[in-house]
Amino acid sequence: GAASIAGSASAQDALEPNPLEDITSYNNFYEFGTGKEDPMRYADQMEISPWSITVDGLCDNPGEYSLGELTEGLTTEERIYRFRCVEAWSMVVPWNGIELGDVLAKLGPKPEAKFVAFETTVQPENMPGVRRNVIPFPYVEGLRMDEAMHPLAMLATGLYGEPMPKQNGAPIRLVVPWKYGFKSIKSIVRISFVEEQPPATWNIINPNEYGFYSNVNPLHSHPRWSQESERVIGGGLFSSRQPTLMFNGYSEVAPLYEDMDLDVYF
Amino acid sequence: MAVTDTINSTLRKVPAWAIYVAGFLYAAWYFYLGLTGGLGVEPINTLERKYGLTAIQLIIAGLAVTPLRRWANINLMKFRRAIGVTAFFFVLAHFCVWALLDVQTLARVWADILKRPYITIGMGAFLLLIPLAATSNNLSVRKLGPKWRQLHKLVYPAAILAAIHFIWLVKGFPWEPFIYAGIIAVLLALRLVPKKRRQPAPRRATT
Repeated sequence: GAASIAGSASAQDALEPNPLEDITSYNNFYEFGTGKEDPMRYADQMEISPWSITVDGLCDNPGEYSLGELTEGLTTEERIYRFRCVEAWSMVVPWNGIELGDVLAKLGPKPEAKFVAFETTVQPENMPGVRRNVIPFPYVEGLRMDEAMHPLAMLATGLYGEPMPKQNGAPIRLVVPWKYGFKSIKSIVRISFVEEQPPATWNIINPNEYGFYSNVNPLHSHPRWSQESERVIGGGLFSSRQPTLMFNGYSEVAPLYEDMDLDVYF
Repeated sequence: MAVTDTINSTLRKVPAWAIYVAGFLYAAWYFYLGLTGGLGVEPINTLERKYGLTAIQLIIAGLAVTPLRRWANINLMKFRRAIGVTAFFFVLAHFCVWALLDVQTLARVWADILKRPYITIGMGAFLLLIPLAATSNNLSVRKLGPKWRQLHKLVYPAAILAAIHFIWLVKGFPWEPFIYAGIIAVLLALRLVPKKRRQPAPRRATT
């Protein structure tokens, strides 16, 4: 199922993952600062062990889960996904993790749960960006339930076969490859099942620039820059841009948005 | 004021052309770093920001010359032209990296200038600085006379546009662009402080 879907998307252009150095030295993780190299510099201070995830809201199995309890019994697999940042750059990442839908199914969402919300850890003493309040913390994100249950969505716990580096959102993060990178919330400490559309950090900060859905869409430009093309990280000073694909190339998610005007629900 | 005297006499020994050489070497060094991996895995954006930041720093340095002379008794007048021309050089380098290495096609450059307000504003600052760079030679200073001083006040709106351009391009609320905008605002406001009038010389009786 899932693997073959991911496979079909990636088969289009035989994705070549970026080297580990690219993936771990060019990050947006504002808890550690706004510079791309800040997460690499400061994330080692983040406390990730023990790690506990609060599950609450409209579900059958709320409670405090350790990382092991949350992922227990579920299949870990490698998924090589394109990762497209809203800032118009991209890379290819070989994630390791589990299907988000499998985890959510285990937590037993009630029928009234229409959305799932996520929250990132806040550790002021370990996070210089949090102390400077560069954006509101904790960082929060959310998905509509059918988006969250889509087999392409995953919770990643590693990359390149190693445990998730801290700057990439250790120990567990969301990966939603057809959406801009900021939807793929890092270092998750809370999963909530809710009825109403939950708040999402960048959408709160600037709703004109960042919609709740934030699907990769070359036709809907960011007010300050075009989304028609992207620069692949790691190509050097003279690398050329490549065209951005609708849903970041993962066209199998299109049915989720069939009846929606994606210029309104951007 | 022994300290300022020392500063001034030391500065007198530094030739103004040193600014051009230092500016060029600094820009070339960063370009070299970008070529050889020294600016990280995405050198285009880093280089673009580096040149832009240096440009705004030099614009600030140029704007600081007059207040420093007036209130701190530090005389940097002989460097002002070199500071200004080097600032323009970095604005040009910033523009070139953006247009040639970042955006890459002329049609998109043009579309961005028209459609993206922060780019329009940055472009406005660039355009305002062109006549200043073009008239930075001695011949123009002589030919334009008092008009030269008037013309070169275009650096004030250019600095304001540059500050807005910087604030507008960031995500979230980092301090840096606001600090630069604040410094520019102070340096421009200082120019509004009226100069003390010299007492008019007592009239002599004409007998």
